[in-house]
Amino acid sequence: MSTGYASIYLENEKCAGCTKCMQRCPTEAIRIRGGKASILQERCVDCGECIRVCPHHAMKARVDSLSDVLGKYKYTIALPAQALYGQFPGVRTRAPILEGLLRIGFDSVFEVAAAAEVMSAVTHYELNYGSIPHPIITTDCPVILRIVRIRFPSLLPHLLNYRSPMEVAARWSKRLAVKETGLSEEDIGCVYISPCPAKCAGAKAALGTARPAITGVVSIAEVAPRLTAVIGDIDDHERYAQAGAAGVGWAISGGQSSAAGEPNHLAASGIENIIGILEALEDGKLSNVDLIELSACYPGCVGGALAVENPFIAKARLQQMMMGFAPPLPPNDCPREDMRWEKTPTASSALRLDKDVSVAMEKMEQIRRITESLPGIDCGACGSPSCRAFAEDIVAGRAEAGMCVFPEN
Amino acid sequence: MSPLIREYEVPGNDFARAGEASGHIKSMLKELGFAPAMIRRVAITTYEAEINMVIHAGGGHVTATVTPDAVKVVFTDRGPGIPNVELAMQAGWSTAPQNIRALGFGAGMGLPNIRKYSDDFAIQTEVGKGTTLSITVYAGKESS
Repeated sequence: MSTGYASIYLENEKCAGCTKCMQRCPTEAIRIRGGKASILQERCVDCGECIRVCPHHAMKARVDSLSDVLGKYKYTIALPAQALYGQFPGVRTRAPILEGLLRIGFDSVFEVAAAAEVMSAVTHYELNYGSIPHPIITTDCPVILRIVRIRFPSLLPHLLNYRSPMEVAARWSKRLAVKETGLSEEDIGCVYISPCPAKCAGAKAALGTARPAITGVVSIAEVAPRLTAVIGDIDDHERYAQAGAAGVGWAISGGQSSAAGEPNHLAASGIENIIGILEALEDGKLSNVDLIELSACYPGCVGGALAVENPFIAKARLQQMMMGFAPPLPPNDCPREDMRWEKTPTASSALRLDKDVSVAMEKMEQIRRITESLPGIDCGACGSPSCRAFAEDIVAGRAEAGMCVFPEN
Repeated sequence: MSPLIREYEVPGNDFARAGEASGHIKSMLKELGFAPAMIRRVAITTYEAEINMVIHAGGGHVTATVTPDAVKVVFTDRGPGIPNVELAMQAGWSTAPQNIRALGFGAGMGLPNIRKYSDDFAIQTEVGKGTTLSITVYAGKESS
């Protein structure tokens, strides 16, 4: 079974075949073949490490451009990710950013943070009265779902099986816009402004959702400079802000746990760290924790590969901004139905050597024998990330022994 | 076909490396395509047994034998042995010193958990000579 839509792709002509992305990929999903990188789609978790590390900017996220999404619908709503607020030097409130989105062409703006606030309350309820086995693992970061399906399928029952705030925000804002404008839902576009490739994919293929409410995704990287050009004269008076610190804090690792009011939590960020946490949970080491909040980017969504500001500067700015916030709004008109995933995610077979265990065992022995014959220095010149991965590729028919540059092989 | 056999040496009192052998066994089972719930039981039991060996026995030797139907893992050490196995099998009973407990280990759930999550469980121990612990988890006992 496929692991769903991945957003990262290679711009072939820019790729120099240098192996940097392959060496960095945490799921060994990249090979260099014919002097160009290629992605094993079923293994890609969309974390964006390759985008960060590529010196030639050849790794890209499938994302819409502003010119694609503006004007496509009669009425277009901007759904800014919380991380957007930390991108602008000298901007101390959300006012210029939210109003700026209207100036660059959106008809209205609706904070994803407002939906995150609702989802914080839902998470709190699930923790205290729900049936998901503890520790519950958060799924706002779409990389987590993908990595659990591929590498930790035994942990699938622990996943928080609710829609992400961006999808909830899209449904909520669309409903409000229908009421305000008299237009039909088909005439209303909802454009998410994303900090990362994983959320681009997550928005377009919202889990188990036949028709995601999000109609387009643009990157913070494209929106931030456009905003910078138009916000200089906007004052700090908040006209469009809806969310409190609880919802905005989701962009920083630990924010979701504190917004859910769960003191007995563990928050980890960075792809290597979250893999370590999932390994520990699988080994039975984390039985005393109730909530595990995981973000693939360090230190949270502010560190997304499609954001522009240094992650720690963005984090500090966001924290300063949050200190000036009014308390969260009273219960609101967010539609509460259909909040859970419609489908249960299943295990991926991306790591399996064969669908038959006996055949897989034979292949594993072949891989061991070939690995032992290789130099073991993981140089990557063959186009596989390690000698072990190269041996696996030979057995899987993805490589030939002659591709090893050491003559004795 | 002949079973897959993997051997590991586990160094004693090295917490940085504790879990390497059980981690390797776990990723091997994932590649072989065993059911997730079965792999979880192997992960929990072998990790616990490996940690026991690191804490109490100065390390030891691990042999994993994999067939399509079952995974058997044998932990052999030349440590101090367990004077009273009955007592050690009781939940919460622990001889781990304070500095080990401070690291989050030694809560006294090790052996009880290993027995709970394994299908076959055998322990042979002699004071002053060492301990051999054998764990078997069968495939196909879970629906997933």
